[in-house]
Amino acid sequence: MLVVNDLHASVEGKEILKGVNLSVNPGEVHAIMGPNGSGKSTLSAVLTGNPAYTVTGGSVEFCGKDLLSLSPENRAHEGIFLSFQYPVEIPGVSMVNFMRAALNAKRKYHGLDPLTASDFLKLMREKRAVVQLDNKLASRSVNEGFSGGEKKRNEIFQMAMLEPKLSILDETDSGLDIDALRIVAGGVNQLRSENNATIVITHYQRLLDYIKPDFVHVLYKGRIVKTGGPDLALILEDKGYDWIKEEIDNQQA
Amino acid sequence: MGALKQYIDFYRTNSAEIDANSAPALNALRQKALEALDGKELPHKGEENYEVTDVDALFAPDYGINVNRRPLDVDIAEAFRCDVPNMSTWLYVAVGDIYRSSRTAGLNMPASVIVGSLREAAIAHPEIVAKYYGKYASLDDAHVALNSLLAQDGLLVYVPSGVVLERPVQLVNIMNAAAKIMAFRRILVVVEDGAQARLLVCDHTQKVDEDCLASQVVEIYVGADATFDYYDIEETGVHTHRVSSLFVHQEAGSNVLVDGITLMNGTSRNDYRIDFCGEHAETRLLGMAISNGDQHIDNHTFIAHNAAACTSNELFKYVLDDNAQGAFSGKILVAPDCPKTEAYQSNRNICASPTAKMHTKPQLEIYTDDVKCGHGATVGQLDQEALFYMRTRGIPYDDARTMLMQAFMSDVIDAVRLDNLRDRLHHLVEKRFDGSLALCRDCGNACHNNSLNNKNNNK
Amino acid sequence: MNQDNEKQNEKIIDGAVNSDYKYGFVTDIDTHVIPKGLNEDVVRYISNAKGEPEWLLNFRLKAFRKWQTMKMPHWAHLDVPDIDFQDISYYAAPSVKKGPKSMDEVDPELRKTFDKLGISLEEQMRLSGMAVDAVMDSVSVKTTYRDKLAELGVIFCSIGQAVHDYPDLVKRYLGHAVPYSDNFFAALNSAVFSDGSFVYIPKGVRCPMELSTYFRINAAGTGQFERTLIVADDDAYVSYLEGCTAPMRDSNQLHAAIVEIIVEDRAEVKYSTVQNWYPGDKNGKGGIYNFVTKRGLCRGDFSKLSWTQVETGSALTWKYPSCVLSGDNSVGEFYSVALTNNYQQADTGTKMIHIGKNSRSTIVSKGISAGHSQNSYRGMVKVLSKATNCRNYTQCDSLLLTSTSGAHTFPIIDVQNESSVVEHEATTSKIDEDKLFYCNQRGISTEDAIGLIVNGYAKEVMSKLPMEFAVEAQKLLSVQLSGSVG
Repeated sequence: MLVVNDLHASVEGKEILKGVNLSVNPGEVHAIMGPNGSGKSTLSAVLTGNPAYTVTGGSVEFCGKDLLSLSPENRAHEGIFLSFQYPVEIPGVSMVNFMRAALNAKRKYHGLDPLTASDFLKLMREKRAVVQLDNKLASRSVNEGFSGGEKKRNEIFQMAMLEPKLSILDETDSGLDIDALRIVAGGVNQLRSENNATIVITHYQRLLDYIKPDFVHVLYKGRIVKTGGPDLALILEDKGYDWIKEEIDNQQA
Repeated sequence: MGALKQYIDFYRTNSAEIDANSAPALNALRQKALEALDGKELPHKGEENYEVTDVDALFAPDYGINVNRRPLDVDIAEAFRCDVPNMSTWLYVAVGDIYRSSRTAGLNMPASVIVGSLREAAIAHPEIVAKYYGKYASLDDAHVALNSLLAQDGLLVYVPSGVVLERPVQLVNIMNAAAKIMAFRRILVVVEDGAQARLLVCDHTQKVDEDCLASQVVEIYVGADATFDYYDIEETGVHTHRVSSLFVHQEAGSNVLVDGITLMNGTSRNDYRIDFCGEHAETRLLGMAISNGDQHIDNHTFIAHNAAACTSNELFKYVLDDNAQGAFSGKILVAPDCPKTEAYQSNRNICASPTAKMHTKPQLEIYTDDVKCGHGATVGQLDQEALFYMRTRGIPYDDARTMLMQAFMSDVIDAVRLDNLRDRLHHLVEKRFDGSLALCRDCGNACHNNSLNNKNNNK
Repeated sequence: MNQDNEKQNEKIIDGAVNSDYKYGFVTDIDTHVIPKGLNEDVVRYISNAKGEPEWLLNFRLKAFRKWQTMKMPHWAHLDVPDIDFQDISYYAAPSVKKGPKSMDEVDPELRKTFDKLGISLEEQMRLSGMAVDAVMDSVSVKTTYRDKLAELGVIFCSIGQAVHDYPDLVKRYLGHAVPYSDNFFAALNSAVFSDGSFVYIPKGVRCPMELSTYFRINAAGTGQFERTLIVADDDAYVSYLEGCTAPMRDSNQLHAAIVEIIVEDRAEVKYSTVQNWYPGDKNGKGGIYNFVTKRGLCRGDFSKLSWTQVETGSALTWKYPSCVLSGDNSVGEFYSVALTNNYQQADTGTKMIHIGKNSRSTIVSKGISAGHSQNSYRGMVKVLSKATNCRNYTQCDSLLLTSTSGAHTFPIIDVQNESSVVEHEATTSKIDEDKLFYCNQRGISTEDAIGLIVNGYAKEVMSKLPMEFAVEAQKLLSVQLSGSVG
């Protein structure tokens, strides 16, 4: 589904990704872990087409298409979804208008008619239940005045609405208490299927107790330096990142 | 003496005819206006508070003035295209500066209320017009003096003590720009103690062949504990220019909302002056401009806190695209011994093209210590993070941009205190942003291809 | 708060903000003062007395002729009495024959003066490692550390001396940031400036110590017209401090200075001022009229200029330290605290002119008004159309301590492109009674609490001052605010 090949990217002239390779197949859950500043969030930004980042080399193929040549919105239409680490507040834009614009744009892209208002509201109601999102939140401006937990739930709610093929969860666990974490992870698990895949970007192993990964990758200094099964996450939890850093730094030296 | 000369000469030659086609209470002001103009000039670009706008140049062309009140040919149905759905108003129409009533004018209106032609009212009720006309608009301002010299008619809204007008009064100003003409408009509003009223003024241009100019002076007296809302929507054409001076006099405990909305225009200069003359009065002063092409919008505000414990809250927002030039200058003055004053002024602007320009000058002048005052001004661009967030959700760049621009304007529109008008404005602004305002029924606006969003700058 | 309390508080505030000026002594030393009045002969006399070359005399004469065609500006929010420019003496020099070679040669009275100012030159030399140029009545009397700096190629001397020793440098930069025709007071200064400091930091040199000038007006009936020129060549760095005091006199004295700064590629200049000219007495009698033109030209790419000022003195202040950001990625900063009391009037602020791409500027202004004073912030942020991706942030606060004082804010923002972001926020309020009460409840007197709150309020700016200066500035605020401390 996703094939990342020797991806290089920089922000403000500084190279952050220095040759990332990654393959994701339908039905899989990949965890990308790594110390702060290793390039985890850059990877998610590049995959979704954030204009602040410049791709300087490599390629990304998504469902047979050249992902990097698509605009952010067309990537979304193709089925890429990013749950932001820090969801943006957009005062004055109501959640309802926002979601309807997003959903209908996707439908148009795929040659479908827009949803009727009643179908749309029905869908909203149905998907809200996935993350127990309050109706009141859904009628407010996008993320405005939401608590940290509410913002993350709102991200998963949008994911439920848009039914992506590949979901990237960027530090979705940061700032969540245990109850909120359970709700968010529960939402993600409900949405999992054989046909879609998930990339979980996280610093801690905690979230992986709830969203079981098939593969765990360690990103360090802009490269994936280690790949393993779920146990790798447990080892990292236990021993931290220092041993990997040492191993890699020694290799380089 | 610049552009003024031709108007003064015009007055000297035609004063008999001007007087004859007006009313004594209005004519009474002309001599004073003439004296006030002695040695004065209309403001030139670069003068203080006129940093980017040349009022003198706006008045320089040789416009036609309809001094003998010839009715102008205009399709009255045209006026109804700005009808606000589900809002019934008492409707009045001015073509150029000829005022007339519609079929809804005065229908079921309380008998003590007077709404209609200022000239007719000045003849029927000279004592009312003489008491208020020219009392708030300062002749020190050359534009006001010029308007006072030549205005022959206008709209009077008189609401006596304690009367509540249920429906808004609506005035539709139509410029028939088939010829190069100008209009001297005048509005006088008197809302006496405890009374309540709302006035909605819509400016339209029917044809766009020639430049035309409106000179407008609005005087508003709001008595103690009275409430008044004034909405002014400019939706004309790129060749219709306007110079407007509005004066509000507020007595104790009064509550006023003034909202100036510029959706489509040529060059506009609007002055708003609010005077607090009694304690515990409140004002909300709002403004909004959406400009592209070579449009030019300049709002100047002055709020004088001359009494204690008054509250003013001011918000102006601009979106400027193409070569549009925006300007805002505002002053809040808190006089000595006006404790418990609260005043806030905010001007937020978005330049959406490399050649759009904004000049802003928010000012505070405060002579009392027990105050809470502040101002803020920003010139910037749409929130790039929000734009990206929306795109990752699949909302196309142009749509996301439109939604954000609309959202940017939403707090100005949400402050409107007439539900139907608020909904209508949201709709109008949406249409303005997506370029379909031009598709209005019969619309003469030259806003074809004027969408702020039909650029293919898919960054 | 009930009425009695309120009255009491007002009394305390009155007491707190009324304190005497402690720099108001007169030094009894011989001064050579030329007769009052200004004409071409006076300009020639000054130039001649200083043994200046022809080109500088011509510069002065051009400025003088321009000045004669100009009118005194009245756009500021200041009530300026008519100034009789013919009733001022334009040159006063302490009768020290030549620049002293060592401290021993300095007139003992003069040294006492500087001791009283708290800037014993010797102490400064020994303790703080700060190089000091002391300017009294427009003439530089002593520059310390000159030799040490010379080893690095740093030039730090009086501008008069620089004209003799480094004529090419002075000629190359003089009038570049502030043309003689810039404004009425700049023209006047250009015609009659007597002395001031000259600093040149060569390429790649970080000046290892703070450079400092103390300005003192001593003689009566004279105006002071000093001129400072600072040049930081590519990759250079310098931090420069300026302090000023004057004796207490019943009549007003005119001070019209120019500071010019040129910042080349990747160079950085920090310019800090603690301005404490005599502000006049409680009834507004006397005090310095301070009309100063300060401007820096950040013409190098990645150049940076930072103005920090603490303004507590002068009867009238008219001063707008500005940055012309013409280099790409250049940075301008302005941090200001202006405290006015009694009948002082201050109209001060800054201009940030963005000409270079990606240039950035920050403005933080804190005004404090007490007594019957009027305190205005006036600012301009201009972004030209080719100056893309510029950023300005302005925060401008005013604190009112008495109901008879005034606080005013007059910013202008002019942006001519889409990619720049300019933000201005301002607040005006009186001192927070909840905070006062909170302090009272903790046992802190209202007088002390006001001092605490005002210092806290000004902290953001004070923290930008070099250490030695920050302490002095904090003391100054307290002196101005607290009767007991002063």
